Amino acid sequence: MSMFDGFRFRGTSSPIHQLDPRVKFIYACIMFVIAILFSQFIPLLVLFFVQIPLVWTARIMKEWMRSMRASAMFAVIIFATNMLSYYFYGGYPSLSWLFERAAAMTLRFIVLIESFSLFFLTTSPDHLGLALEQSGVPYDICFAFTTAVRFVPVLAEEAQTILDAQKSRGLELEKGNFVKRIKNYIPVLIPLIVSAIRRSLELAEAMESRAWGAVEKRTNLYVLTMKKDDYLLILASVLMLGISVYVWLFIPVPSFTQLLSISA
Amino acid sequence: MSPSEDDGGPELAIIKTENLTYTYPIGVKPAFEDVSIEIEKGEFVVLTGPSGCGKTTLCRCLNGLVPHFYGGKLEGEVTVAGLRVTEHPIYELAQHAGLVFQNPENQLFALSVEKDVAFGLENLGISREEIQRRVNWALQITGIEDLRNRAPHELSGGQQQRVAIASILVMQPEVIVLDEPTSFLDPLGAQKIFQVIDELNKDLGITVILVEHRLDMASRYADRIIVMNKGRVVLNGKPREVFDSEEARLIGIGIPKATRLYQLLKANGVNLNRVPVTFHEASHVIKEAFIHDRS
Amino acid sequence: MIEVSDVYFTYPNGVEALKGVSLTIRDGEFIAVMGQNGAGKTTLVKHFNGLLKPTRGKVLIDGVDTQNVSVATLARKVGFVFQNPDNQLFCETVEDEVSYALKNFGFNEETIKERVDWALNLLDMVEYRRVSPFMLSGGERKRVALASILAWDPNIVILDEPTIGQDYQQKERLRQFILQLNNQGKTVIMVTHDVEFVTDCKPHIVLMAQGRIIAEGEANKVLTDPEVVSQASLILPEVTQIFLGLRELDLPQDVIDVYEASRILLTKLGES
Repeated sequence: MSMFDGFRFRGTSSPIHQLDPRVKFIYACIMFVIAILFSQFIPLLVLFFVQIPLVWTARIMKEWMRSMRASAMFAVIIFATNMLSYYFYGGYPSLSWLFERAAAMTLRFIVLIESFSLFFLTTSPDHLGLALEQSGVPYDICFAFTTAVRFVPVLAEEAQTILDAQKSRGLELEKGNFVKRIKNYIPVLIPLIVSAIRRSLELAEAMESRAWGAVEKRTNLYVLTMKKDDYLLILASVLMLGISVYVWLFIPVPSFTQLLSISA
Repeated sequence: MSPSEDDGGPELAIIKTENLTYTYPIGVKPAFEDVSIEIEKGEFVVLTGPSGCGKTTLCRCLNGLVPHFYGGKLEGEVTVAGLRVTEHPIYELAQHAGLVFQNPENQLFALSVEKDVAFGLENLGISREEIQRRVNWALQITGIEDLRNRAPHELSGGQQQRVAIASILVMQPEVIVLDEPTSFLDPLGAQKIFQVIDELNKDLGITVILVEHRLDMASRYADRIIVMNKGRVVLNGKPREVFDSEEARLIGIGIPKATRLYQLLKANGVNLNRVPVTFHEASHVIKEAFIHDRS
Repeated sequence: MIEVSDVYFTYPNGVEALKGVSLTIRDGEFIAVMGQNGAGKTTLVKHFNGLLKPTRGKVLIDGVDTQNVSVATLARKVGFVFQNPDNQLFCETVEDEVSYALKNFGFNEETIKERVDWALNLLDMVEYRRVSPFMLSGGERKRVALASILAWDPNIVILDEPTIGQDYQQKERLRQFILQLNNQGKTVIMVTHDVEFVTDCKPHIVLMAQGRIIAEGEANKVLTDPEVVSQASLILPEVTQIFLGLRELDLPQDVIDVYEASRILLTKLGES
């Protein structure tokens, strides 16, 4: 279970999955900007909760929770570093301020993971490649991207087979000191690399055999069109940005402790 | 379907080579030399021979990978669908001679079958509507419509090869060349592929050149067998004649057991009426021998 | 001796590849594990050198339970030749490649040299000793892979789909080589779906389908049973199909070998 699990595309279907990837990306970037804007705990908390309905609509709660849990370790590190750095540099008004500040920085990281994980979990690599293409990225690069993604499971399987083959010849990865352990990976890496080169050659042959390079402007079987929902999301994101900037400029945000003391 | 009696002439020959010799850039000796063959429109030709005989390189000559992609020195003449291979780019030749490769996995790029089959047409800049139409048609002919949205990695080897065939078929070439397409498939998977290829040949009139070692399964569909050895064409004729020849025995190609049985019986004085190539023919011709014997 | 007792195996992705397999392979036997792609053949034989451990049931190699033993230890007795030699080749010379396993197993310098010489000789690769394996042809690379496994002289040799991509002559040489290994007393286990190749070797057959063993026995009994062959998604040997079409002539229906078929027909024709 790694943090990366929270970024791998899931083939379920939901309104969010159908959204144009470019729009989702703009949304994630706007969330990022807002998160940078604020250093206080409360606005960031609001930002965190505001996105939950989207996660729920996308029906990816389970996977999303997984990525949140997995990034917990980083969150703790960020929290600790913030606490310690402010503590040692001094100039902090009070312990509660210190605590809240560190929590806010941690939350900023979490909000970042939250919004981009939402993007990646609901966008298939195919969709992503298409979005890149329609955004003007040269086709060569888009093709390289989708082909790479397509071969990831193939390479993973091959790596396992190579490992099995070398283990069957007495390779023990765990044995030996640190240097020896690194060297143990050579019998696995070299066949993988050689195979990757051979594979590239075969792929190139296949590409040529299917008229690669025949025409300057390729057509595409699929096309991304902006729909009602896409415009809605853009509108919502821009609105949030607007509100956030207004708040940042004109409204002094109370700290969490201040809120607590008011109610006390 | 056999070639016509009178000289076919260049109009009927969809592929023609004359004294064709090719050496790879790093090659010491030619991969093949002095190859002169003619393949007529609609023929089903099986190309075979021991490893290293040059058949794989010859295949790549038919859509221009040799010499345009590989470089090297190509001497002699080769014409495909009226186009001289040396004078036309691969993307043009690929529309007349489609090439299906041995490894199913390494010729599928996209993340869905539909997108993969469309790939060639996208490269040609064909309109979206036309692409959709042709993709539907190709998926239907190869019997993989239900796999339309699947990812290539989830498919079996046989299914992957059918996707590869569909993705070539979609460009509507006159010739389809297949380089040992069943190497990685089990017997039933191989049979299915041969059946698909045969349908393309019999129903759509596509000329087929099939490089194979599995002669027992492939030869029943073949109009002609061409055998290469050490870079040269050594046999070129009807399956019956090729399999029963002395050269075939000397070179060491996997002639069908049916033909082998015929030869063993002949060596012991029992002459059957015909040279069988399939088990079906063998049963028939042996039965005839018994009936004849009893009468 | 290999004893497989009611083994079940499920891959991490949830696929149950073996559903209660039991099998005994005695020393010196020659076995072909057959079935279509996905039947569980390779999964089964990967249990013999510990690459896979059963999810349920157990596998004993010479009485030792594989569950608690490392692959490296089992590999001493069980040599596994993988389908694609390119999955293992990584050294600068053929010599290094062949000695790799020997070094891993801790043989001394002198013994290594002896065994490498022996293995290269056996596979007719002596002249390629100092050549880079990547410069060799496909068939030559296969021989290097084979040499590198046989170098440490394992008692049990497993070959995973050895005939894929091989031409007729290469298969002939392979067949003779396998029979030679078996004659030397080695247990040879071959995973294959190549029915015609098997009819020439005539090993003991273990037929698998969907994670189970559906038939076991002599080649001319198992491969001539249309019911069981169809269940395994294989096809009947060509000779068997010829004789199937000659049923009315009262010919035996368990013939797989073309020479035997010829003898039977000649005798029959001589009678009438």
